Amino acid sequence: MDALYNLFNVLNNVFVNIAIAIRSLFADPHSVWANLTMDVINFIIVVIIVVLAALILILLERKIAGWTSQRTGPNRLGPRGWFQTIADALKLMGKEDITPAGADKFIFKIAPMIIFSLPMMTLAVIPYGKGMAPLDLDLGIFYFVAISSISTLAFIMAGWGSNNKYSLLGAMRAVAQMVSYEIPLLFSLLGVVMITQSFNLGVIVEAQAGLPFIVLQPLAFGIFLIAGLAELNRAPFDLVEADQEVVAGPFTEYTGLRWGLFFLGEYGNMTALAALGATVFLGGWQGPIFLPGFVWFFMKTGVIIFFMMWVRWTFPRIRIDHLMHLAWKVLLPLSILNILLTGLGIYIYRLVMGG
Amino acid sequence: MSINETEELILNMGPQHPSMHGLFRMVIHLEGETVTKIVPKIGYLHRGMEKLAESRTYAQFIPYTDRLDYLASPHNNWAYVQTVEKLMGVVVPERAEYLRVIFGELARIASHQVCIASTALDMAGWSAWSYAFRDRERICDMYEMTAGSRLTVNIMRIGGISAEPPAEFWPALQSFLDDTPEMLEEYYGIFFGNEIAQGRLKNVGILSKELAENLSITGPVLRASGVNYDVRKAEPYSIYDRFDFNVPVRNGCDSYDRTIIRMDEIVESIKIIKQALRDIPEGPIMAKVPKVIKPPVGEVYHRVENPKGELGFYIVSDGTTKPARVRIRPATFINLQMLPIVALGWKIQDVVAIFATLDAVLGEVDK
Repeated sequence: MDALYNLFNVLNNVFVNIAIAIRSLFADPHSVWANLTMDVINFIIVVIIVVLAALILILLERKIAGWTSQRTGPNRLGPRGWFQTIADALKLMGKEDITPAGADKFIFKIAPMIIFSLPMMTLAVIPYGKGMAPLDLDLGIFYFVAISSISTLAFIMAGWGSNNKYSLLGAMRAVAQMVSYEIPLLFSLLGVVMITQSFNLGVIVEAQAGLPFIVLQPLAFGIFLIAGLAELNRAPFDLVEADQEVVAGPFTEYTGLRWGLFFLGEYGNMTALAALGATVFLGGWQGPIFLPGFVWFFMKTGVIIFFMMWVRWTFPRIRIDHLMHLAWKVLLPLSILNILLTGLGIYIYRLVMGG
Repeated sequence: MSINETEELILNMGPQHPSMHGLFRMVIHLEGETVTKIVPKIGYLHRGMEKLAESRTYAQFIPYTDRLDYLASPHNNWAYVQTVEKLMGVVVPERAEYLRVIFGELARIASHQVCIASTALDMAGWSAWSYAFRDRERICDMYEMTAGSRLTVNIMRIGGISAEPPAEFWPALQSFLDDTPEMLEEYYGIFFGNEIAQGRLKNVGILSKELAENLSITGPVLRASGVNYDVRKAEPYSIYDRFDFNVPVRNGCDSYDRTIIRMDEIVESIKIIKQALRDIPEGPIMAKVPKVIKPPVGEVYHRVENPKGELGFYIVSDGTTKPARVRIRPATFINLQMLPIVALGWKIQDVVAIFATLDAVLGEVDK
């Protein structure tokens, strides 16, 4: 039993120990140079997470799409089609890079880069395990929401820069939708912040040692999932890139690797949002002791991602006025109610416990 | 133009657009996302069917009719050969009539399944699309067993039907009929019962009863506006007067009723096929028709109830082996006339929905 426990401890702390070992190579483990080295390594790891996540998720999405619609999905390349995404990525790299004649070239070219950079910035504050946050920010949640709202800007840059009517319509939809849904998304996270008295994601995970916040905040979790789907422009809220209406929205004019960057960014953002949900509501790396913390974390993230894909391939697209109705008349009042109820709960808890 | 002025956005939707069925193009004038004017542009699939008929013999034109409404090709064959038979006064054997009804109703089911699937797809209901297409495959298999092809079936002949269905056809048909209630339940569960789908379709694109009648709209689109009119009942052709079936009518006048009425029609088609299976006699499947078809001088009009509406053929014969003039009355071409009127004031999304519920097949619209 002791041997098992030791093995678990080694596994659980493997990345932390590697980090300590790298730091100990320096004369002073906390010098500027040691910190800088660790930052570079952390950055590379986050980039690897984003790219790997996109590679796996694109295939997973196609498999789940096949499963929900009673077909097999990709099954030719490699074992059960597992190399399909790699082939698709290679194909995208070989495509001609076209910039439309009437496009605003600078804005057109910079938009996919912005959208690809966002998930790397947001995934940097997520605690992947005990003491495994690449960037341990005190204002973690605040930073996360602030950074992810920049994607609105990237969408409108792509839409305006392409000089295409469909792109412009898609960009208009993106702004209306994402600005509306940011408010309930942020408000749904506030209940947890009130309970833990902290914006720090590490502290929030520590506070869920006993029970995850989904038990205390079920309403907030529901609002988070719905608003998160809308924030990611995923079905049933994919009005921005609704191909039956606006062809591909802001991405209509993009080809090759630029389009691929949008795709990577989309899946990266999805991973980031699922990771935030897993951290804030599902207890992050906390879990029964038989698995290392980071495994628990990725499993919980995977559950949320699976839910998002399942919804996407089952539900039709919502109407644009119903979309606004849902944001302002349903989700926003509910999230404010959740904050009120949480405040009342905390007040009563303190009265009873005498805190 | 100063910065405070606004301008209408003119959007060319189609012919190459993900949600346009076939090669349809509409020029949409937009105020924001609200539609202020729609100009439909058709003719991208025009092949000159009516002119082609004048240089083909009567029998040679049958495969061309497959390419009109290619989702329900037996109906087009049927309408054409019945028109010629009417002109020549041919009496079709009983068994051929029953087989024609079976294939016609199967085609109606297949066509309605495609309509449900493509409406769902236009709302981004991807899974609902593949559910309906999965079931349509079984009808295509039955076509293939009998006639050899899956889409452009070319199954009717002047005076009868091209082939006797093989032995494996009958169990396949029976199991299909048995599974249909479950299929319809699935379509309802995955698409029509969904609240988002109902929100997209209900009270969208109201086609009033008066407008529908004035535009001479036919088929499920008309019956969803509360008019009880079906050529199978109003002017029974073939042997439709022998079957006991209802004509589904709905009074919603909206996109939801225009789509879901097709589910009701599938139920009625199943009823008809079951009765036909019960009553089908043994016998020949072709009448005694001369090798060279030379109808007497004269003209004739005949109409049938196609899945999309009333399909009519008007043939003028000058006594030679080739028709002097063939005129086709396509159902969806006339049903499409409602789009610029009904879709005004709705958003782009709703225009896509309204267009989908018309179930337009451009092969038939453009001819």
